[in-house]
Amino acid sequence: MSEALVEFLQHLVNGLSVGTIYALIALGYTMVYGVLKLINFAHGDVYMVGAYAGFYLADLLLPGGTVQGDGVAGAMVRALLVTMGAMVLCGLLGYLIERLAYRPLRSQARLTSLITAIGVSFLLEYGFQLQPWGFMPIEFPPGPTPRFFPELLPRVALPLGDVNVSNYDVIGLGVAVALMLGLQWIVYRTRFGTAMRAVSFDPQVAGLMGIPVNRIISWTFVLGSALAAAAAILNAVPRPQINPLFGLMPGLKAFVAAVLGGIGSVPGAMVGGLVLGLAEEFVAGYTASSFKDAIAFTILILVLLFKPEGLFGRVTVEKV
Amino acid sequence: MARLRSLARSFLPFLVAVPFLLALQAATPPYRTLVLINVGVNVILAVSLNVVNGFTGQFSLGHAGFMSVGAYATAKVTLALADVQLSFLPVAASDALLFGLALLFGMLAAAAAGLLVGLPSLRLRGDYLAIVTLGFGEIIRSVIENTPALGGALGLTDLPLHTTLAWVGLGAVATVVMARRLATSTQGRALFAIREDEVAAEAMGVDTTGYKVRAFVISAAYAGLAGGLIVHLIGSVSPSNFNFVRSMEVVVMVVLGGLGSITGSVVAATVLTISLEALREFQQYRMVVYALMLVVMMLARPQGLFGTREVWDLWRRRKPAAAPPGPAAPGGGAA
Repeated sequence: MSEALVEFLQHLVNGLSVGTIYALIALGYTMVYGVLKLINFAHGDVYMVGAYAGFYLADLLLPGGTVQGDGVAGAMVRALLVTMGAMVLCGLLGYLIERLAYRPLRSQARLTSLITAIGVSFLLEYGFQLQPWGFMPIEFPPGPTPRFFPELLPRVALPLGDVNVSNYDVIGLGVAVALMLGLQWIVYRTRFGTAMRAVSFDPQVAGLMGIPVNRIISWTFVLGSALAAAAAILNAVPRPQINPLFGLMPGLKAFVAAVLGGIGSVPGAMVGGLVLGLAEEFVAGYTASSFKDAIAFTILILVLLFKPEGLFGRVTVEKV
Repeated sequence: MARLRSLARSFLPFLVAVPFLLALQAATPPYRTLVLINVGVNVILAVSLNVVNGFTGQFSLGHAGFMSVGAYATAKVTLALADVQLSFLPVAASDALLFGLALLFGMLAAAAAGLLVGLPSLRLRGDYLAIVTLGFGEIIRSVIENTPALGGALGLTDLPLHTTLAWVGLGAVATVVMARRLATSTQGRALFAIREDEVAAEAMGVDTTGYKVRAFVISAAYAGLAGGLIVHLIGSVSPSNFNFVRSMEVVVMVVLGGLGSITGSVVAATVLTISLEALREFQQYRMVVYALMLVVMMLARPQGLFGTREVWDLWRRRKPAAAPPGPAAPGGGAA
C-alpha cells in the first residue's frame, strides 16, 4: 500500500472510532431534545459519570486493574458486566436529574431549564473534582487528578497491513452499531417508542390521549443516559485516561453532531456523529491538530447559518 | 437646554466618582484593594453581560471570549507603548493617558469581535445561541493559541502593571452608567421588547436583528475593558485565563442578581466576589457552591434576587407607568 493510502485509511479508522462515540452521545441529546426541546447540558457529564461508574465497577470486579485468569470468556463477561452496570447507574442518574432538576421547571421559560442544566453540569464536574470524603467504601469523589481506566480486555492488534486496527476498534464499532440499531428498533417498533414520538410531536395532546407523558420523559432520559454510559466505556477502554472534566468537550461536540444531523432525528444523530468524527480526524490529520477543538464549532456555525434544520431534520415554523 | 442636561447627566457620575475613587485608593490597604479591584472587574463583567442576557433575553455564554480579545488587544498596545512617553505631560499623567488609550483600543477590538459573533446570531434563538456563543469563545481561544504573535498557549508576560483601584472603579461606574442610560432609552425599550417576545417585537416593527447585534457589540466592548484591566493587574495574559468557567462565573452573577436588573448584577457580583474571597479555604467547593446556587435559584426563584427591579425605582417621583409589568414573573413575581 502506498503511504498516502495507509495514512488515509488510518485517519478513516480513527475518525470512525471517535465518530461512533460522538454518535452514541448525540443520540441522548437528540432524544431529550425531541421530547423536551431542552438541550441537556449535563449530558456530557453523565457521560463522564459513566466512565467513572465503569472505573469503580471494574475495580470491584478486577482488583489490580488488569485481566487475570478466567481466559477470554471471563474477561468478556466482566467487560459486559461493567458496561451494563455503568449503563444502569447512569440511567438512574439521568432519571434523578430529570426528576429533581428539570421536571419542576417544565412549565417555566425554556431559559430557566437551560440555566438549570448548566448548573447540573457544573455540579457534576466540580463535585467529582472534590477530594475523597473518606467515609465512603470507595474513593469517592475521585478528585481532580486523572485516573486510568482498567484494561477490560487485552488489546489485540489486527493484521491489516500497515494500518493500525485493534480489536478495540472493531468491538467499539460493533457495540455502537448494535446499540443504535436497538434504539432505532425501540423508537420505531415498540409501544414506548410510539409514545415517545407522540410526546415529541405534541406533549399536551399526547397526554390527552392517555400517554403517561412524565413516565415517557423519564424513560427517555434513562435511555439517553445509558447510551452515554456505554459510549463512555467504549471510549475509556482504548483511551484510558479519565478525569472529571473530560465529558465537557465530547458533550458539546456530540451536541454539534446532533444539530448537524438534525436535532430530534435518531438516524441524524448517528450520521452527524460519524461525519463530525471523520471531519475532525481528517482536518486534524492533514492540517494543524491544534485547531481540532475549533472544528466542531465551526461546523456548528456553518450548519446553523446555511441549513439550520440539519441533514435529516424537519423545518419548523416559529409561531407566536 | 435639554442637551446640556443630558450632557450633565452623562458626566456627573464620573465627576462624583473620580475624587471618591482616588480617595478610596489612597485609603485602602493593599490586600483590600485587590479584593475591591476584583469586585469592580466582576461588576463590569456582570453588568455588561446583563445587557445581552438580561435586557435582550439572548442567552450568551461567550463573555470570556470577548474578555480575551480585549485583554490581548490592550496588552499588545501597552507592550508597544511601553517606552513611549508624552513629553508635554508628567510621567504619571502620560502613563495614565496611554493606558486609557490602550483600554479603549481593547474595547474596540472586543466590540469588533462582538459584531462578528452577533451577526450570525441574528438567525439563532435561545439554546442554539448559547451553544454558538460558547463555540465562538472556544474558537477565539483556539485562534489565539495558534497565533505566534500572541504568544501561543503561553501567552504574553511582563505587561506593565497599570491597573489601579481608580481605573477599575471608573470602568465599573462607566459600565453601570451605560447600562442605566441604555435601559431608560428608546434603544433599551427595544431590547426589552425583544426579551419579552421576539416575534411580536419584530411584528411591531422593531429591527430585532439590528438591536441584538448592537447589544452584543456593547456588551462585548465592556467585557474587553474588564479583560484589559485584569491582565494589567496580574501582568500576564494567556488563553487559559479566559475559559468557559470564567464565562460561567459571570453568568451565575447575572442570573443570581436577576436577569435584567443592573442593581442585581452589581449586588450579586459584589457579594459573590467578597464572600468567595472570605471563604478562601473552601476554594475547592467554590464551583460546587456556584452550581448548587444556580440550580436552587432556578427552582426557587427563577427571576433572580431582584427580578427586573432597580434600586432607583424606589425614589422615582412619577409612577413607573412604563416599567414592565412583571415581565419575568409568570410564576409569582411579588417580592
